[in-house]
Amino acid sequence: MPLTIGVPREIFPSEKRVAAVPEVVEKLIKLGFGVCIETGAGAAANFADDTYQAAGARVAASTAELYAGSDMIFKVRAPSPEEIAQMKPGTTLISFIWPAQNPELMQAMAAHKLTVLAIDSLPRQLSRAQKMDALTSMASISGYRAVIEAANAFGRFFNGQITAAGKIPPAKVFIAGAGVAGLAAIGTAANLGAIVRANDTRAEVADQVVSLGGEFVKVDYEEEGSGGGGYAKVMSEGFQKAQREMYAQQARDADIIITTALIPGKPAPKLITAEMVKSMKPGSVIVDMAAEQGGNCELTEPGQAVVRHGVTIIGYTDLASRLAKQSSTLYSTNLLRLTEELCKTKDGVINVNMEDDAIRGLTVVKDGAITWPPPPPKLPAAPPQAKPAAAAAPAKKSGHGHGAGEPASARSLAIIFGVGALLFWLVGAFAPASFLAHFTVFVLACFIGYMVIWNVTPALHTPLMSVTNAISSIIAVGALIQVAPPLAGGTGDRPDALILGLAVLALTLTAINMFGGFAVTRRMLAMFRK
Amino acid sequence: MSANIATMAYIAATILFILSLGGLSNPETSRRGNLFGIVGMTIAVLATVFGPRVTAAGIPWIVGSLVVGGSIGLYAAKKVQMTQMPELVAIMHSLVGLAACLVGFASYIDTSIVLTGAEKTIHEVEIYVGILIGAVTFSGSVIAFGKLSGKIGGKPLLLPARHWLNLAGLLAVIWFGVQFLQAHEINAGLVPLALMTVIALLFGVHMVMAIGGADMPVVVSMLNSYSGWAAAATGFMLSNDLLIVTGALVGSSGAILSYIMCRAMNRNFLSVIAGGFGTGEGAAPAAAGAQPAGEVTPISAVETAEMLRDAKSVIIVPGYGMAVAQAQHTVYEITRLLREKGVNVRFGIHPVAGRMPGHMNVLLAEAKVPYDIVMEMDELNDDFPDTDVSMVIGANDIVNPAAEDDPTSPIAGMPVLQVWKAKTSIVMKRSMASGYAGVDNPLFYKENNRMLFGDAKKMLDEVLVALKA
Repeated sequence: MPLTIGVPREIFPSEKRVAAVPEVVEKLIKLGFGVCIETGAGAAANFADDTYQAAGARVAASTAELYAGSDMIFKVRAPSPEEIAQMKPGTTLISFIWPAQNPELMQAMAAHKLTVLAIDSLPRQLSRAQKMDALTSMASISGYRAVIEAANAFGRFFNGQITAAGKIPPAKVFIAGAGVAGLAAIGTAANLGAIVRANDTRAEVADQVVSLGGEFVKVDYEEEGSGGGGYAKVMSEGFQKAQREMYAQQARDADIIITTALIPGKPAPKLITAEMVKSMKPGSVIVDMAAEQGGNCELTEPGQAVVRHGVTIIGYTDLASRLAKQSSTLYSTNLLRLTEELCKTKDGVINVNMEDDAIRGLTVVKDGAITWPPPPPKLPAAPPQAKPAAAAAPAKKSGHGHGAGEPASARSLAIIFGVGALLFWLVGAFAPASFLAHFTVFVLACFIGYMVIWNVTPALHTPLMSVTNAISSIIAVGALIQVAPPLAGGTGDRPDALILGLAVLALTLTAINMFGGFAVTRRMLAMFRK
Repeated sequence: MSANIATMAYIAATILFILSLGGLSNPETSRRGNLFGIVGMTIAVLATVFGPRVTAAGIPWIVGSLVVGGSIGLYAAKKVQMTQMPELVAIMHSLVGLAACLVGFASYIDTSIVLTGAEKTIHEVEIYVGILIGAVTFSGSVIAFGKLSGKIGGKPLLLPARHWLNLAGLLAVIWFGVQFLQAHEINAGLVPLALMTVIALLFGVHMVMAIGGADMPVVVSMLNSYSGWAAAATGFMLSNDLLIVTGALVGSSGAILSYIMCRAMNRNFLSVIAGGFGTGEGAAPAAAGAQPAGEVTPISAVETAEMLRDAKSVIIVPGYGMAVAQAQHTVYEITRLLREKGVNVRFGIHPVAGRMPGHMNVLLAEAKVPYDIVMEMDELNDDFPDTDVSMVIGANDIVNPAAEDDPTSPIAGMPVLQVWKAKTSIVMKRSMASGYAGVDNPLFYKENNRMLFGDAKKMLDEVLVALKA
């Protein structure tokens, strides 16, 4: 029996997102599901009830009605105890959960015999998981919004301009942490025309920073900060000291600082001290995207924008929600991709396949049993170190078009010359003089051919073949002189008729070639145009 | 016309032929180059006909043959589809080969040429070699024609112990050659000569049958080369420098093309000639290469159109599949539409894309794609990182990243178009079947790759409709 997916209105204060947008509802229905949406669920994200209805969803008048009629629940924020209580036992819930931070919630959901897929527990290192990676899509929206918030609070242009009223320097933006959110922030700020610098403990992201128009600032200390699964790890004491010095220097210089540094399961590292805030220019802005995990700045107040020492410190924890339409669309698309994985049969019935790496990682409660944390995934083989060595080998590339790529080695050259000399000696020793004259012509012609052909552009290789083909019908000359030669001193028994027959046949064949070859070459070349 | 004037005319023809080939260095001058070729050929034929070695009795025959052959040739040249160019070229090679055989036999039985001693031996060796090359060219080209036109399956036919068969054939050819040279009368010599011809024909068949579809560019250019050597051998036989020079030009042209094709596949010439992939040394090379893991992301024609419309720069990589599907005109329509919208569209051509050298260029030219946006692999391979969308139409091995990353891959080291470096790559393919080399293509599993499944022509038509909408 097809399941009904319920989408409740988010009750968390100031949460504007909705877990399914009308476009996705349509696709869910195509997968065989029924969809029920609580009235007003999409209102904050500008999706009216009737657009859902138009997409084929049923609109439930009350929360209770919604939960009672749904076998699956799509949510954005983790459910409250009241919400859990309203769900039917056996319901499948897909939502952000943060199981590590919410042990009581996990217990409550298990007790209520739910099956819970925590979208935040997705094994992100699986490449096929990317399409369902809501953390990434939310982070990139947050990164964008962080720059917009900063621009809003910042009293100047981002881009440098030369106006009649004078020259305006571009804003300097420093971004701490070049994860998904950081990279989105870098791209957005660079597009607005600011000078963007960024830092990350993982040195391998430097290229990505540069590709988005940022400048990568190194910490003057040798240590690699990749902690597996694409996250950063806690760094050593010496590194942290060098890092603090770098941050202090950036704080003095930058107009805007956006911090995104998070370490999974730990409070956010305190990167920006009160001291550094004091050193910043008045009117500067700090956007602390790690505010929810305690903040990267000592003076951050989660959920609020405050002014300290003349610096606006923005600690909003709902940056993604502030772009509700965009984030709802992306989030619900992520959920749709997940649903497709769950329902490969497209008949509206899901199969929570615990053998599947991605789904195993997502599933934190299965039929009332807590299945979190998952066993370590089997896949993170392929250490990145192995790659450069393999890639370096075939990098050698020979130039195209003019002669051999590199000069032959002395040994092979000696062999070639040796063989050549031997052949020439043999020919010289045994061949008659008349042959030698022809042989000279032949060898020189080969060289001319070699020189001429290397100059032919590869685009014209097909015409080259057809024209050489046409030219090779010069063999007709051979047939021509056999047709009716002046018989001077020949012996009497020349089989004239037979030779004539052979020659005429040969001549006809070469004529096909001659005329056909030139004509088709002409036809082809006429097509090449600018 | 005296012999000396005829010789001077031959020299003029030779120069014109060289200029003709030289003209092909650039599409602008190529048309004039072709004209030089025509003029050179006309001069050569006229100088021969009116020269000292043709009497008036032969003129009607000559005119008759030229008219018959010429009309067939012109008709074929007019009717041929551009996708059929490889077949046409192959069948024309076979004509040259056959003509060389016929001229060789005629020359042998011609008693009016009296030679003695070393000159006789040399002359007979020339006849023997000329017929040998001519026969191999003839039968090989006929088989190549059959394969290219689909009359014979494209799969390599690998007889057991085929290398030994070839060796035995070679030894037999040498043995018959010795017999032939020892024969004192013409009739006695004809027997080994005819037997050798049969062996040479079989050898040509066998050689080309053992070569698979994607190696055809090498075969076609190799046969091109043979037809030139056949002409050169005939020139030696008839002591005619014009034939020698022209034959040498054509022969070296074909040889260079074969070399370029082999290098583009990172393969040894001999290993191509000796037979298909993975049959020589390693038993199961496909299994040795790392199997790419992951799953492919399909895309619809409408989504493809959206991506193309949103892109700033697009590189299209066509392969044999485009030729098979006759999709070049639709490709051009899409290109034109995108260019009107200000998208920078270019084409990336791998040297061995298609079934003969330059095959793709001709097809695109036929579809009116301007040649200045059709680039060689080396010209734009570095531009992929700055490209938004790369679209692969009916190509596989030439865009396989395993050639660069996986030293154990059978195609390791083959230069490939790095389409995966573009922001998104779209591969149009009928199914997930592997390419000619039998190597799985990790490109399909890359995160930034999308697969557009279906017949290239049909899918491109849908993309075009979506783009116009």
